[in-house]
Amino acid sequence: MIKILRNFSKRIIFSIFRKRDNIKIGFYGPPNSGKTTLANSICKDWTGEELGAASEVPHETREVQFKEKVEIKHKGKILTFKIVDTPGIATKIDYEDFLRFGLKKNEAKKRAKEATQGIIESIKWLDDMDAVVIVLDSTENPYSQVNITIIGNLVARKIPVLIVANKIDLKKSNIKRLQAAFPEYEVVGISARDKSNMDEFYESLFKLAKKI
Amino acid sequence: MGKIDKEKIKGLRIHVMPYSEVKDMGIAERVRKVLNLILGNKIVILHGRLRPEEEARLIEDTMAMVDHVKNFKGIELAVIEPDMRGESMFFKMKHNIAKSLVGDSSALTIIGPASIIKEIKKDPRKIELLLS
Repeated sequence: MIKILRNFSKRIIFSIFRKRDNIKIGFYGPPNSGKTTLANSICKDWTGEELGAASEVPHETREVQFKEKVEIKHKGKILTFKIVDTPGIATKIDYEDFLRFGLKKNEAKKRAKEATQGIIESIKWLDDMDAVVIVLDSTENPYSQVNITIIGNLVARKIPVLIVANKIDLKKSNIKRLQAAFPEYEVVGISARDKSNMDEFYESLFKLAKKI
Repeated sequence: MGKIDKEKIKGLRIHVMPYSEVKDMGIAERVRKVLNLILGNKIVILHGRLRPEEEARLIEDTMAMVDHVKNFKGIELAVIEPDMRGESMFFKMKHNIAKSLVGDSSALTIIGPASIIKEIKKDPRKIELLLS
Protein backbone atom coordinates (compact mmCIF):
# COMPACT_ATOMS: atom_id res chain seq x y z
CA MET A 1 0.00 0.00 0.00
CA ILE A 2 2.83 2.41 0.98
CA LYS A 3 4.61 1.53 -2.27
CA ILE A 4 1.49 2.37 -4.29
CA LEU A 5 1.04 5.72 -2.49
CA ARG A 6 4.74 6.53 -3.00
CA ASN A 7 4.51 5.71 -6.71
CA PHE A 8 1.29 7.66 -7.05
CA SER A 9 2.86 10.81 -5.56
CA LYS A 10 5.93 10.24 -7.77
CA ARG A 11 3.62 10.09 -10.79
CA ILE A 12 1.89 13.33 -9.79
CA ILE A 13 5.23 15.14 -9.40
CA PHE A 14 6.52 13.71 -12.69
CA SER A 15 3.33 14.64 -14.52
CA ILE A 16 3.85 18.28 -13.57
CA PHE A 17 7.43 18.48 -14.82
CA ARG A 18 7.40 15.83 -17.58
CA LYS A 19 7.57 16.81 -21.21
CA ARG A 20 4.53 15.47 -23.08
CA ASP A 21 6.73 13.47 -25.47
CA ASN A 22 8.22 11.42 -22.66
CA ILE A 23 5.11 9.44 -21.88
CA LYS A 24 5.36 5.67 -21.54
CA ILE A 25 2.49 3.54 -22.75
CA GLY A 26 2.69 -0.10 -21.72
CA PHE A 27 1.18 -3.04 -23.58
CA TYR A 28 -0.02 -5.58 -21.06
CA GLY A 29 -2.07 -8.75 -21.15
CA PRO A 30 -1.97 -12.52 -20.92
CA PRO A 31 0.40 -14.53 -23.15
CA ASN A 32 -0.52 -14.89 -26.83
CA SER A 33 -3.06 -12.08 -26.82
CA GLY A 34 -1.17 -10.21 -29.54
CA LYS A 35 0.68 -7.47 -27.62
CA THR A 36 3.84 -7.70 -29.71
CA THR A 37 1.89 -8.06 -32.97
CA LEU A 38 0.06 -4.81 -32.15
CA ALA A 39 3.25 -3.06 -30.97
CA ASN A 40 4.99 -4.22 -34.17
CA SER A 41 2.14 -2.95 -36.30
CA ILE A 42 2.34 0.52 -34.70
CA CYS A 43 6.15 0.65 -34.84
CA LYS A 44 6.28 -0.54 -38.44
CA ASP A 45 3.68 2.03 -39.53
CA TRP A 46 5.25 5.00 -37.76
CA THR A 47 8.98 4.25 -37.40
CA GLY A 48 9.53 1.77 -40.22
CA GLU A 49 10.96 -0.85 -37.84
CA GLU A 50 9.36 -3.66 -35.88
CA LEU A 51 9.83 -4.04 -32.15
CA GLY A 52 10.26 -7.77 -31.59
CA ALA A 53 9.42 -11.26 -32.73
CA ALA A 54 5.85 -12.55 -32.42
CA SER A 55 4.94 -16.22 -32.59
CA GLU A 56 2.15 -18.69 -31.89
CA VAL A 57 4.29 -20.27 -29.14
CA PRO A 58 3.26 -18.70 -25.83
CA HIS A 59 5.77 -16.49 -23.99
CA GLU A 60 7.64 -15.43 -27.15
CA THR A 61 8.29 -12.08 -25.46
CA ARG A 62 10.23 -12.83 -22.30
CA GLU A 63 11.85 -9.46 -21.71
CA VAL A 64 10.36 -5.99 -21.66
CA GLN A 65 11.12 -4.32 -25.00
CA PHE A 66 10.85 -0.65 -25.98
CA LYS A 67 10.67 1.70 -28.85
CA GLU A 68 11.47 5.31 -27.97
CA LYS A 69 9.77 8.33 -29.50
CA VAL A 70 7.10 6.71 -31.60
CA GLU A 71 5.26 9.58 -33.26
CA ILE A 72 1.71 8.95 -34.41
CA LYS A 73 -0.21 11.42 -36.52
CA HIS A 74 -3.96 11.04 -36.59
CA LYS A 75 -6.57 13.53 -37.81
CA GLY A 76 -4.16 16.45 -37.50
CA LYS A 77 -3.03 15.52 -33.98
CA ILE A 78 0.40 14.21 -32.99
CA LEU A 79 1.17 11.82 -30.16
CA THR A 80 4.78 10.98 -29.25
CA PHE A 81 5.39 8.22 -26.75
CA LYS A 82 7.59 5.34 -25.74
CA ILE A 83 6.07 1.92 -26.44
CA VAL A 84 6.76 -0.59 -23.70
CA ASP A 85 5.88 -4.12 -24.81
CA THR A 86 5.77 -6.50 -21.86
CA PRO A 87 5.89 -10.28 -21.47
CA GLY A 88 2.46 -11.86 -21.02
CA ILE A 89 1.38 -12.30 -17.42
CA ALA A 90 0.34 -15.79 -16.30
CA THR A 91 -0.04 -17.61 -12.99
CA LYS A 92 1.51 -20.86 -14.19
CA ILE A 93 4.34 -21.95 -16.45
CA ASP A 94 4.83 -25.55 -17.47
CA TYR A 95 7.73 -26.32 -19.79
CA GLU A 96 5.80 -29.34 -21.09
CA ASP A 97 3.29 -26.98 -22.72
CA PHE A 98 6.08 -25.78 -25.03
CA LEU A 99 6.94 -29.31 -26.14
CA ARG A 100 3.63 -29.40 -28.03
CA PHE A 101 4.97 -26.63 -30.26
CA GLY A 102 7.95 -28.74 -31.25
CA LEU A 103 10.51 -27.31 -28.84
CA LYS A 104 13.15 -29.68 -27.48
CA LYS A 105 13.09 -30.40 -23.74
CA ASN A 106 16.10 -28.18 -22.99
CA GLU A 107 14.77 -25.32 -25.07
CA ALA A 108 11.36 -25.66 -23.42
CA LYS A 109 12.89 -25.59 -19.92
CA LYS A 110 14.98 -22.53 -20.81
CA ARG A 111 11.91 -20.80 -22.23
CA ALA A 112 9.91 -21.60 -19.09
CA LYS A 113 12.65 -20.19 -16.85
CA GLU A 114 12.91 -17.00 -18.91
CA ALA A 115 9.10 -16.69 -18.98
CA THR A 116 8.90 -16.70 -15.17
CA GLN A 117 11.48 -13.91 -15.03
CA GLY A 118 9.58 -12.02 -17.73
CA ILE A 119 6.35 -12.12 -15.73
CA ILE A 120 8.11 -10.75 -12.64
CA GLU A 121 9.63 -8.01 -14.79
CA SER A 122 6.23 -7.11 -16.31
CA ILE A 123 4.68 -6.67 -12.88
CA LYS A 124 7.60 -4.57 -11.64
CA TRP A 125 7.23 -2.27 -14.66
CA LEU A 126 3.59 -1.48 -13.83
CA ASP A 127 4.71 1.32 -11.52
CA ASP A 128 6.57 3.10 -14.33
CA MET A 129 3.73 3.30 -16.83
CA ASP A 130 1.87 6.52 -17.62
CA ALA A 131 -0.94 4.69 -19.41
CA VAL A 132 -1.60 1.08 -20.34
CA VAL A 133 -3.16 -0.66 -23.30
CA ILE A 134 -4.46 -4.04 -22.17
CA VAL A 135 -4.47 -6.41 -25.10
CA LEU A 136 -6.91 -9.29 -24.73
CA ASP A 137 -7.71 -12.15 -27.05
CA SER A 138 -11.38 -11.62 -27.90
CA THR A 139 -11.85 -15.34 -28.57
CA GLU A 140 -10.97 -16.22 -24.95
CA ASN A 141 -13.01 -16.02 -21.74
CA PRO A 142 -12.35 -12.48 -20.44
CA TYR A 143 -13.09 -13.35 -16.80
CA SER A 144 -9.60 -14.78 -16.21
CA GLN A 145 -8.18 -13.61 -12.91
CA VAL A 146 -4.97 -12.42 -14.59
CA ASN A 147 -6.98 -9.83 -16.55
CA ILE A 148 -8.77 -8.72 -13.40
CA THR A 149 -5.52 -8.56 -11.42
CA ILE A 150 -3.79 -6.42 -14.07
CA ILE A 151 -6.72 -4.00 -14.28
CA GLY A 152 -7.09 -3.89 -10.48
CA ASN A 153 -3.44 -2.95 -10.11
CA LEU A 154 -3.70 -0.21 -12.72
CA VAL A 155 -6.79 1.23 -11.04
CA ALA A 156 -5.02 1.16 -7.65
CA ARG A 157 -2.11 3.07 -9.23
CA LYS A 158 -4.46 5.52 -10.98
CA ILE A 159 -3.00 4.61 -14.38
CA PRO A 160 -5.40 5.20 -17.33
CA VAL A 161 -6.43 2.04 -19.17
CA LEU A 162 -7.59 1.21 -22.69
CA ILE A 163 -8.75 -2.33 -23.43
CA VAL A 164 -8.09 -3.76 -26.87
CA ALA A 165 -10.15 -6.76 -27.97
CA ASN A 166 -7.72 -8.34 -30.42
CA LYS A 167 -8.25 -11.07 -33.02
CA ILE A 168 -11.65 -9.82 -34.22
CA ASP A 169 -10.86 -11.48 -37.56
CA LEU A 170 -11.40 -14.90 -35.94
CA LYS A 171 -14.82 -16.58 -35.95
CA LYS A 172 -14.85 -17.19 -32.19
CA SER A 173 -14.21 -13.51 -31.42
CA ASN A 174 -16.77 -12.04 -29.02
CA ILE A 175 -16.29 -8.35 -28.24
CA LYS A 176 -19.65 -8.05 -26.51
CA ARG A 177 -18.60 -10.60 -23.87
CA LEU A 178 -15.44 -8.59 -23.27
CA GLN A 179 -17.37 -5.31 -23.02
CA ALA A 180 -19.78 -6.94 -20.55
CA ALA A 181 -16.84 -8.11 -18.42
CA PHE A 182 -15.29 -4.63 -18.22
CA PRO A 183 -18.18 -2.16 -18.56
CA GLU A 184 -16.26 0.72 -16.93
CA TYR A 185 -13.63 0.77 -19.70
CA GLU A 186 -13.47 1.66 -23.33
CA VAL A 187 -13.03 -1.51 -25.38
CA VAL A 188 -11.84 -1.23 -28.96
CA GLY A 189 -11.93 -4.25 -31.25
CA ILE A 190 -9.08 -4.76 -33.71
CA SER A 191 -7.12 -7.38 -35.54
CA ALA A 192 -3.45 -6.57 -35.05
CA ARG A 193 -2.55 -9.28 -37.55
CA ASP A 194 -4.49 -7.91 -40.49
CA LYS A 195 -4.48 -4.32 -39.17
CA SER A 196 -8.25 -3.93 -39.19
CA ASN A 197 -9.96 -1.13 -37.26
CA MET A 198 -6.63 0.57 -36.51
CA ASP A 199 -8.18 4.02 -37.09
CA GLU A 200 -10.56 3.48 -34.19
CA PHE A 201 -7.66 2.17 -32.10
CA TYR A 202 -5.57 5.30 -32.75
CA GLU A 203 -8.57 7.47 -31.90
CA SER A 204 -8.85 5.65 -28.55
CA LEU A 205 -5.08 5.87 -27.98
CA PHE A 206 -5.22 9.68 -28.29
CA LYS A 207 -8.12 9.72 -25.82
CA LEU A 208 -6.08 7.54 -23.46
CA ALA A 209 -3.07 9.89 -23.69
CA LYS A 210 -5.32 12.81 -22.77
CA LYS A 211 -6.15 11.13 -19.45
CA ILE A 212 -2.49 11.14 -18.33
CA MET B 1 -16.34 -29.79 -10.53
CA GLY B 2 -15.42 -31.65 -13.67
CA LYS B 3 -14.99 -35.42 -14.03
CA ILE B 4 -12.41 -36.71 -11.60
CA ASP B 5 -11.44 -40.19 -10.48
CA LYS B 6 -11.81 -41.44 -6.92
CA GLU B 7 -8.05 -41.60 -6.26
CA LYS B 8 -7.72 -37.90 -6.91
CA ILE B 9 -10.68 -37.09 -4.67
CA LYS B 10 -9.04 -39.13 -1.89
CA GLY B 11 -5.88 -37.05 -2.01
CA LEU B 12 -7.60 -33.72 -2.43
CA ARG B 13 -7.07 -31.35 0.48
CA ILE B 14 -8.97 -28.11 0.86
CA HIS B 15 -8.02 -25.45 3.36
CA VAL B 16 -10.83 -23.04 4.14
CA MET B 17 -9.37 -19.82 5.48
CA PRO B 18 -11.60 -17.32 7.28
CA TYR B 19 -10.81 -13.70 6.51
CA SER B 20 -9.99 -13.12 10.20
CA GLU B 21 -6.98 -15.45 9.81
CA VAL B 22 -5.22 -13.06 7.41
CA LYS B 23 -6.89 -9.77 8.29
CA ASP B 24 -4.06 -8.35 10.37
CA MET B 25 -1.21 -9.65 8.24
CA GLY B 26 1.03 -7.56 6.02
CA ILE B 27 1.22 -8.24 2.28
CA ALA B 28 4.35 -10.41 2.42
CA GLU B 29 3.09 -12.51 5.32
CA ARG B 30 -0.33 -13.00 3.74
CA VAL B 31 1.13 -14.11 0.42
CA ARG B 32 3.65 -16.38 2.17
CA LYS B 33 0.88 -18.05 4.16
CA VAL B 34 -1.14 -18.78 1.02
CA LEU B 35 1.89 -20.03 -0.90
CA ASN B 36 2.98 -22.33 1.93
CA LEU B 37 -0.42 -24.01 1.83
CA ILE B 38 -0.26 -24.30 -1.97
CA LEU B 39 3.19 -25.86 -1.77
CA GLY B 40 1.65 -28.39 0.61
CA ASN B 41 -0.65 -29.34 -2.31
CA LYS B 42 -3.73 -27.82 -0.76
CA ILE B 43 -6.47 -25.86 -2.44
CA VAL B 44 -7.08 -22.68 -0.45
CA ILE B 45 -10.54 -21.18 -0.19
CA LEU B 46 -10.19 -17.74 1.29
CA HIS B 47 -13.25 -16.07 2.70
CA GLY B 48 -12.63 -12.64 1.19
CA ARG B 49 -10.20 -11.48 -1.44
CA LEU B 50 -6.64 -10.27 -1.70
CA ARG B 51 -6.02 -6.66 -2.67
CA PRO B 52 -4.84 -6.13 -6.29
CA GLU B 53 -1.26 -5.46 -5.17
CA GLU B 54 -1.36 -8.67 -3.10
CA GLU B 55 -2.57 -10.64 -6.11
CA ALA B 56 0.30 -9.16 -8.15
CA ARG B 57 2.74 -10.04 -5.39
CA LEU B 58 1.29 -13.56 -5.25
CA ILE B 59 1.97 -13.96 -8.98
CA GLU B 60 5.52 -12.58 -8.61
CA ASP B 61 6.34 -14.87 -5.69
CA THR B 62 4.73 -17.81 -7.49
CA MET B 63 6.95 -17.24 -10.52
CA ALA B 64 10.04 -17.02 -8.32
CA MET B 65 9.05 -20.37 -6.80
CA VAL B 66 8.39 -22.03 -10.17
CA ASP B 67 12.04 -21.29 -10.83
CA HIS B 68 13.26 -22.76 -7.55
CA VAL B 69 10.87 -25.48 -6.40
CA LYS B 70 11.02 -28.75 -8.31
CA ASN B 71 7.77 -29.84 -9.98
CA PHE B 72 5.99 -26.63 -8.98
CA LYS B 73 4.27 -25.21 -12.06
CA GLY B 74 2.41 -22.31 -10.53
CA ILE B 75 -1.11 -21.63 -9.36
CA GLU B 76 -4.66 -21.28 -10.53
CA LEU B 77 -6.51 -18.36 -9.01
CA ALA B 78 -10.09 -17.12 -9.17
CA VAL B 79 -12.23 -14.72 -7.19
CA ILE B 80 -15.98 -14.72 -7.14
CA GLU B 81 -17.77 -11.67 -5.85
CA PRO B 82 -21.43 -10.80 -5.33
CA ASP B 83 -22.98 -9.53 -8.55
CA MET B 84 -23.57 -5.82 -7.95
CA ARG B 85 -25.00 -5.10 -11.37
CA GLY B 86 -28.52 -3.83 -11.04
CA GLU B 87 -28.04 -2.83 -7.41
CA SER B 88 -28.78 0.75 -6.41
CA MET B 89 -25.99 3.33 -5.91
CA PHE B 90 -26.90 3.45 -2.20
CA PHE B 91 -26.49 -0.32 -1.85
CA LYS B 92 -23.14 -0.25 -3.66
CA MET B 93 -21.96 2.62 -1.46
CA LYS B 94 -23.01 0.75 1.69
CA HIS B 95 -21.17 -2.33 0.44
CA ASN B 96 -18.00 -0.31 -0.30
CA ILE B 97 -18.04 1.36 3.11
CA ALA B 98 -18.40 -2.02 4.84
CA LYS B 99 -15.58 -3.36 2.66
CA SER B 100 -13.22 -0.55 3.65
CA LEU B 101 -14.09 -0.93 7.34
CA VAL B 102 -13.98 -4.69 7.86
CA GLY B 103 -12.22 -5.87 4.69
CA ASP B 104 -13.72 -7.58 1.68
CA SER B 105 -15.26 -10.69 3.19
CA SER B 106 -18.16 -10.93 0.73
CA ALA B 107 -15.91 -12.42 -1.95
CA LEU B 108 -14.52 -15.94 -2.17
CA THR B 109 -11.00 -16.58 -3.45
CA ILE B 110 -9.90 -19.98 -4.70
CA ILE B 111 -6.19 -20.60 -5.11
CA GLY B 112 -4.66 -23.96 -5.85
CA PRO B 113 -1.54 -25.55 -7.27
CA ALA B 114 -1.58 -25.79 -11.07
CA SER B 115 -0.52 -29.43 -10.71
CA ILE B 116 -3.91 -30.18 -9.09
CA ILE B 117 -6.20 -27.61 -10.70
CA LYS B 118 -5.98 -27.80 -14.46
CA GLU B 119 -8.24 -24.86 -15.07
CA ILE B 120 -10.70 -22.60 -13.33
CA LYS B 121 -13.58 -21.69 -15.60
CA LYS B 122 -15.20 -18.54 -14.41
CA ASP B 123 -18.09 -16.38 -15.40
CA PRO B 124 -19.57 -13.60 -13.26
CA ARG B 125 -21.86 -15.98 -11.35
CA LYS B 126 -20.03 -19.29 -11.01
CA ILE B 127 -16.65 -20.94 -10.76
CA GLU B 128 -15.92 -24.38 -12.17
CA LEU B 129 -12.76 -26.23 -11.15
CA LEU B 130 -11.27 -28.71 -13.58
CA LEU B 131 -8.84 -31.00 -11.79
CA SER B 132 -5.73 -32.45 -13.47
